[in-house]
Amino acid sequence: MNEKVIDIHDLYKSFGSNHVLRGIDIDVHKGENVVVLGRSGTGKSVLIKIIAGLLQPDAGTVNVLGQEVDKLDSVALRELRLKVGFCFQHGALYDSMTVGENLAFPLKRNTPNIKQEQVKRMVSVVLEAVGLAKTIDQMPSELSGGQRKRIGIARTLILRPDIMLYDEPTAGLDPITCTEINNLINEVQRRFHTSSIIITHDLACAKQTGDKIVVMKEGKFVKQGNFEEVFSTQDDLIKEFYDYNFIQ
Amino acid sequence: MDSNIEQPEKPVISKGIDGFFKDIYNIFLFLIRIFKEAFKRPIEAREIIRQCYQVGYKSLALITMTGFITGLVFTKQSRPSLSEFGATSWLPSLIAIAVIRALAPLVTALICAGKVGSGIGAELASMRVTEQIDAMEVSAINPFKFLVVTRVMATTISIPILVAYTGLVGLLGSFLDIHLNEQTSFTSFFQEAWKNIYFLDFITTGVKAVVFGFTIGVVSCYQGYNATQGTQGVGKAANISVVVSMFLIFLEEVFIVQIANSIR
Repeated sequence: MNEKVIDIHDLYKSFGSNHVLRGIDIDVHKGENVVVLGRSGTGKSVLIKIIAGLLQPDAGTVNVLGQEVDKLDSVALRELRLKVGFCFQHGALYDSMTVGENLAFPLKRNTPNIKQEQVKRMVSVVLEAVGLAKTIDQMPSELSGGQRKRIGIARTLILRPDIMLYDEPTAGLDPITCTEINNLINEVQRRFHTSSIIITHDLACAKQTGDKIVVMKEGKFVKQGNFEEVFSTQDDLIKEFYDYNFIQ
Repeated sequence: MDSNIEQPEKPVISKGIDGFFKDIYNIFLFLIRIFKEAFKRPIEAREIIRQCYQVGYKSLALITMTGFITGLVFTKQSRPSLSEFGATSWLPSLIAIAVIRALAPLVTALICAGKVGSGIGAELASMRVTEQIDAMEVSAINPFKFLVVTRVMATTISIPILVAYTGLVGLLGSFLDIHLNEQTSFTSFFQEAWKNIYFLDFITTGVKAVVFGFTIGVVSCYQGYNATQGTQGVGKAANISVVVSMFLIFLEEVFIVQIANSIR
């Protein structure tokens, strides 16, 4: 088995009286795509925000690339974040910048002595990787939902992360664009050798991108395995999820 | 393991009073962070200049019009009272005292609180609710330094410059009215105007301008950076930025004038 890049043990997180995560355990190995499936409000996004250091856990350990995220100082956390890419649900593109500037921004900020030519080259490489080379001078407001998500992925890739965290990558997209995004996630895994956690409630996305699927209910993981293993169960929640996605 | 789960906090006094003191404490932490980050590298000079352009240059048209009209109208309103005592020759001096000591800093600050403060509040709040600030954070960029410190520095630098400009434009507005009515020359107007203006007046106005600029920057950045409740939060942040900035500007005005008068 490959080395673990993410190792979470007994993770708890609450917001006031709302207990969002209740004892989560999960491993992600190098080169693996893990899909976290669950209904809205089950704490999926909170989980990856804790991994990225955007939220602090109440209890438990979150080990990413050999470092405990919640125990890092700001300098060490910054170093770790260069290796962990986060793709937001709606892209979170900087709306005062063009697509090219959106991509160049994290690169220039994290490599102060980088030459302009090198920035341009790296921007065009990642834009081509997501199939949107022609949008370089467009503003985010001129892009479609799918294009914004792709640019969000490109902006993350420009820092060459080891781990990708996708927050609902196919939410709100039509089925064809969903398939394109799923293919892109797989392409990113192959081409950039990344390990990923993909948060979704879309079974097609889970089936196409996941090496391992974990199903979350009320802040706990109730089932994990590959797609066939998870959905061969008679568990009511999982059956309902499956039926809703593929039959209705 | 459920014992590890955080229990909901019970208010010490009441929810509202607790929230007020919590806000004061958070603003205090926010201020400390601004000073700490301001002296750390990188300095973000390019972003500070860009923000100074946004705050200063883009407010120029509004400030010019308001400053000029303030000087002009104040002169028109003061003339009848002074002419009753045959003291219209005191007009330049009176207007200079009013404009330089009070009107220029106050009018500029109030206009900037409305225009710049609401802009900063809404922009940062919108970045917060659309996760752009989180996106900076996960890209190993310090959003506080890049967004907050630069804007606070820009307002602190630009508003004193705008105050000086408003003072000049206000005096020009006054000169226009005096010239048309009393045929006073440009030179004699300004000679008369500076007669009762002392070094302390420039210092007081300068201090006021810096304090007002800093206040507008801090209040609007605090409201925007900590916005919640989605798009509703954007409007709320812009609105509260303006209201709180204006309220604090009046309080600071009273406080600084008291100190200046005790020195005078």
